[in-house]
Amino acid sequence: MTTFLGMPATAPRGVGHLRGDQTFPRAAREALQNPQLRRNLRHATTTIRGKSGRVIAELPDWQHLRDAGSAIKADVMSRLPDLLVQLEEKVTAAGGVVHWAADANEANAIVTGLVKATGSERVIKVKSMATQEIGLNEALEAAGIAPVETDLAELIVQLGDDRPSHILVPAIHRNRSEIREIFLKAMPGVDPALTDDPPVLAAAARRYLRETFLSTTVAVSGANFAIADTGTLGVVESEGNGRMCLTLPDTLITVMGIEKVLPTWRDLEVFLQLLPRASTGERMNPYTTMWTGITPGDGPQSFHLVLLDNGRSAVLADPAGRSALHCIRCSACLNVCPVYERTGGHSYGSVYPGPIGAVLSPQLTGIADNASLPFASSLCGACFDACPVKIDIPSMLVHLRNQAPHPAAEKAAMVTAARIMDRPRLYASAQRAAKTARIAGRRGRGLPPPLSAWTAGRDLPEFPKQTFRDWWAQR
Amino acid sequence: MSSRDLILDRVRAALRDAPVVPDVPRDYRPAGTNKADLDVLVDRLVDYKAQVYRVTSAEVAATVAGLVGEGGAVLVPPGLPAPWRPEGAFADDGLTPDRIAAADAVLTAAAVAVAETGTIVLDASPDQGRRIITLLPDVHIIVLRPSQVVASVPDAIAHLDGTRPLTWISGPSATSDIELNRVEGVHGPRHLHVLLLTD
Repeated sequence: MTTFLGMPATAPRGVGHLRGDQTFPRAAREALQNPQLRRNLRHATTTIRGKSGRVIAELPDWQHLRDAGSAIKADVMSRLPDLLVQLEEKVTAAGGVVHWAADANEANAIVTGLVKATGSERVIKVKSMATQEIGLNEALEAAGIAPVETDLAELIVQLGDDRPSHILVPAIHRNRSEIREIFLKAMPGVDPALTDDPPVLAAAARRYLRETFLSTTVAVSGANFAIADTGTLGVVESEGNGRMCLTLPDTLITVMGIEKVLPTWRDLEVFLQLLPRASTGERMNPYTTMWTGITPGDGPQSFHLVLLDNGRSAVLADPAGRSALHCIRCSACLNVCPVYERTGGHSYGSVYPGPIGAVLSPQLTGIADNASLPFASSLCGACFDACPVKIDIPSMLVHLRNQAPHPAAEKAAMVTAARIMDRPRLYASAQRAAKTARIAGRRGRGLPPPLSAWTAGRDLPEFPKQTFRDWWAQR
Repeated sequence: MSSRDLILDRVRAALRDAPVVPDVPRDYRPAGTNKADLDVLVDRLVDYKAQVYRVTSAEVAATVAGLVGEGGAVLVPPGLPAPWRPEGAFADDGLTPDRIAAADAVLTAAAVAVAETGTIVLDASPDQGRRIITLLPDVHIIVLRPSQVVASVPDAIAHLDGTRPLTWISGPSATSDIELNRVEGVHGPRHLHVLLLTD
């Protein structure tokens, strides 16, 4: 692929985790064979939907907050270059250093170089989708630097040599007894009498990471937002691992997608209400840390902000798709999606699973590399209703389906259908002929090839014994 | 071409259609809509497993001593009002992380509290101290003046200076990572006590 300098570019191949090894239908077929996975996901998503619904109902102005959140994000995208330059100025004035990374490779090289310059052979990490997206852990390991994930779910994924399957709770596919097994097997110094009681499991993580927090001099984080008019960055979290990483080390390196910038400090009054209630279903998450550059005597004395493009400019270039960049990574759309609840996050291949992943991943990589994802939906629209910034995911899925390559058989079938529908007599006899499908493809079975491609993921509808036209004629 | 210029050029090229966006509708409840309701704050704090005590400022030191127990080491920021300071407390004057972690509890003031969400915000003022001192001890005790309580998140944003180091605290450290059930007590303080002043 040739790109011209300065033209929007998709995320490069061969680095990071935006592309799966197989198509969605293949991966989903495997996942659906796992009843434990489906039980875990059903339990977890049902729990979170209930919690989230209850705290959202407490706010009389939730819909107004959604309208404001959506409009603020659209405003950000329309003047992104100015806001990024303003953010850079403010962060620099506050003592931070701003780096620009055109893609995953450059971001990984910048972070690895910064860590190496400190002489540290280990970094502590706060859960960050951006660093998962670019495959930072692999890059650090290749450079002889050990990344330690400190979020409980990320730790479960890392110790289990697993992949994240949810934006908010990367280990949502694991239940308590599986987590106990992983800890017993892979957590150094773990108590062999560990039970699967969640408070006991959380306490084991606390003990295991305490010393690491106190002795590691470099941290890597993502950011939930950056305020252009103050240079303030924020991380929203629960456990206190974020506070540890953002407060204790000498050096803090934050990797943030360029779409996360917000214009003004005041805009936070919208997003700090939308995010926790849509995400964990809490009125407010336990901890939020905000920092502006460096504060002498308090927290890291060296701060680096890495602004990441990695395909975002390509998403922005499509007027019908750019609002996917409004996403605040709350995962509400995953939790309400009937497809996600059954297939789990791994089936999507990308670190961004679920409805938002089905639109964001193909746009970041270019549709050819994730062509099956826009079809990983029943277009029921629950994601649109749940999205706190009102991203119209269903319309975007349809838009992307039109861009995806279509099989020749589908095109031939559509041409034939168009011809038949143009000719009333032909149409009537075709309807009658369709009755023979009752014999050819019994309910629940598929059509013969090449039409089997269509019925592989769908039930063949049951045709009535009599067509409407026949019934009308005999009436 | 630097990556900075490359990215900015790409973004400008992506916006060649010059999208026109309408003004942001702010029809939600803005700052100043409601007066803070202390009972709502207490209800929210308790719901998220914080312990709340309503005391006079004269009772703060004794209440803290009672919470920590005999011989308990209480860490305080350098600017904590002297009358609040329990006997034997030690002040942070640039202590090492190990010394801070060895404290049984830390006692601080706060900047703002949000009734609707049960959130207390620290802004690292002298009566709250460096961020590290409220992070490592297992017990965090916060003294809150009623005048610091606001109704909503927009009220808090209007009160705060975004350029100070801010820590927003809603209950003790917690996680929902195991089957999405909330479990209190992971890396931050496992116990949060709030002393709401009645005078």
